[in-house]
Amino acid sequence: MADFKVRRMIFKPKTWSTIARYLVLVIFGILFIAPVFWMISSSLKADYEIFSFPIKWWPKEPRWQNYPEALSQLPFGRFAINTLIIALSTIIGHLLSCSIVAYGFSRFKAPGSGFFFLVLLSTLMLPYPVIMVPLYIIFSRLGWINSFLPLIVPAFFGNAFYIFLLRQSFKQIPADLEDAAVMDGATTLQTLWYIILPLARPALATVAIFTFQAAWNDFLGPLIFLHDQTKYTLMQGLSFFRGSYTVNWAYLMAASLVVSLPVVLIYVIAQRQFVQGIAFSGRKG
Amino acid sequence: MQKRSRSSTIAFYLSISPWLIGLVAFAILPMLISLVVSFTNWDLISSPQWVALKNYQRLLNDPTFHQSLKVTFLFTFLYVPLDLAGGLFLAMLVRPKLPGIGVFRSIFYLPVIFSGVAFVVVWMWMLNPDGGLVNLALGAFGIQGPRWLMDPNWSLPSLILMSFWGWGRSMVLFLGGLQAIPRDVYEAAEMDGAGKVRQFFKITLPLITPILFFNLVLSIISTFQTFTSAFVATNGGPLDSTLFLVLYIYRQAFQFFNMGYASALAWVLLLIILVFTLFVVRSQKFWVFYIGEEARG
Repeated sequence: MADFKVRRMIFKPKTWSTIARYLVLVIFGILFIAPVFWMISSSLKADYEIFSFPIKWWPKEPRWQNYPEALSQLPFGRFAINTLIIALSTIIGHLLSCSIVAYGFSRFKAPGSGFFFLVLLSTLMLPYPVIMVPLYIIFSRLGWINSFLPLIVPAFFGNAFYIFLLRQSFKQIPADLEDAAVMDGATTLQTLWYIILPLARPALATVAIFTFQAAWNDFLGPLIFLHDQTKYTLMQGLSFFRGSYTVNWAYLMAASLVVSLPVVLIYVIAQRQFVQGIAFSGRKG
Repeated sequence: MQKRSRSSTIAFYLSISPWLIGLVAFAILPMLISLVVSFTNWDLISSPQWVALKNYQRLLNDPTFHQSLKVTFLFTFLYVPLDLAGGLFLAMLVRPKLPGIGVFRSIFYLPVIFSGVAFVVVWMWMLNPDGGLVNLALGAFGIQGPRWLMDPNWSLPSLILMSFWGWGRSMVLFLGGLQAIPRDVYEAAEMDGAGKVRQFFKITLPLITPILFFNLVLSIISTFQTFTSAFVATNGGPLDSTLFLVLYIYRQAFQFFNMGYASALAWVLLLIILVFTLFVVRSQKFWVFYIGEEARG
C-alpha cells in the first residue's frame, strides 16, 4: 500500500518541485555528511597523506593500525570505565528519583502543588555555570573533589526535565487502573511499581537514553571535579589528547570516532526515543 | 484520582521530597553561597575577606570582562537567529513524506549526536588551514582560505560557521510543529489562490510561532552559556577573540582561584540571561499565535 501511495506522489504534476527538493536535499546531505566522511578517511591516513594537496578522498592503503595506536596513547580503557560508571549511576539515579517525584506531581493534589510545579519548571532555566563555583566550594568541603560523587549524587535528587517528561507520560495513564489496585489494598509505592512504571516504559527509556547521552558527552562537569588523569572521562581524555603539543590528526580522528561510537549506536537502535528526548527538552547535549 | 485531602497532601510532599531536598542542596543553597562569596575575596585556602561591592566595581573596569561580554553577545546575536532559521529550513525541507526522506532526516540529525568535545574536534580538523577539507576544497577553486580558528579575525566567525552542523536539533523541534498543522488549512489557501511563499508567511510561520518561541528561549539560554567549543577549539584565543563569559568565569574560579570575582561574574551572567528571557517572554503577546485563543475570547 505504501508503494502505491509513493508512486502516485511522484508522477503528479508536482514532479519538478519534487526533483528540486531532492536536489537541495542531496546538496545539504553531502554538506552534513562530509565532516563524518572526512573524519573516517583522515583516521585511516598515514602521516605523509594527511596534509596532502589536492584533496585525497581516501588513503591509498587504509592504515587500520591507527586505531589501536591512537587508543594506546592514553589510558582510554580506564576513561571508558570511568565514563560508564558515571553514566550508569546517573541513569539509576534519574530513573528512581524522577519517577517517584513525577508520580507525586501527576497524582496528588495538595496545597502548594501548583506552586512547586512552577518552581520545577523555572529551575529548567537555571544555568549550570552560575552554580558551578558554589558547587565546587560545597563539594570540596565534603572532600568529594576528584571523585565521581559530584557527578553522580545530584542525579538521585531528580532532574527537572525528566520529572516533567515522566509527569506528562504518567498523566496519560487512566486512573481507573490504580483505583482497582488501591481497592485490592495496594500501597502507593506498589501501584507506582506494578501499574504505572510498566505502562510508562517508553518514557522511562527516553529518560535512560537521554541521561546516558548527556553523561557521556558531559565536559564541563568532569573538567571541574575530576583532576587526576586516572579519573578522567572519555571526553576529558579526548580534550587532553587534543591539547598535547603535537596533534596527530589521524590518531585524534580515530579516537573521536571510537569515543562517539556508543552514542551513535544507541541513536541507530533507539532513534525514536532519542529524537523524542531532544524534541521534548530541546536541550543541548 | 486527584483528591484533596490530608493523606493526599502527605503523599504529595513525601513523593516530591527527593527533588525538594535536591532543590535546596544543589540550587538554592549554591545560589545563596554564590551571592555571599561574590562580596568576598577568597582563594578557598585562606579565610575569605569581606570586600563588599569591590568585585562588582572591578568588573566595570576590567577590559578582559568587557571583551568576554562582547564575544558572548556577538556570538549569541548571530548564532541564535541562524540556528532557528537553519533548523526551520531543514524541517521544511524534510517535511513531506517522500521516499527516502527518513535517510535525510537521520543525516541532518546525526551531528547532534557528536555533541560536545567530538563535535569541536571534528571541526578543528575540517578548518585546519593546511589539511582541513574546507581549505582544500577552497584551494581546488584557487581560493586561499583563511587560517580560521587560528586567526583572531576569523576565530569567532569560524565557531558560528561550524554551528550549522548542529541545526538538526532545532529541525526536530520544528518538524514536530509542522506536522501538527492540518493539511486542509493549506488546501483551503490553495483554493483561494495563495502561492507557496504566501502560504509560508500567512499559514506556516504564524502557526509555528509557539515552537519558535520555545526554541528561541532555549537557544538564548544555552548560547549565553557557550563553553566547550571555545575551551577545546581555541581556549579563548587567539588574542581573547573567543573568550566567552563562561570561559572567563571558569578561568577566574579554577585557574586563578578568585572565587569571589568568579561568583560576581556568574551573577552578571545570570542577570543577563534573566533579562533576555523575560524580554522574550514579555514580547510573545506581540508575535506568538496560539490556536484556540480566539475561541476563549
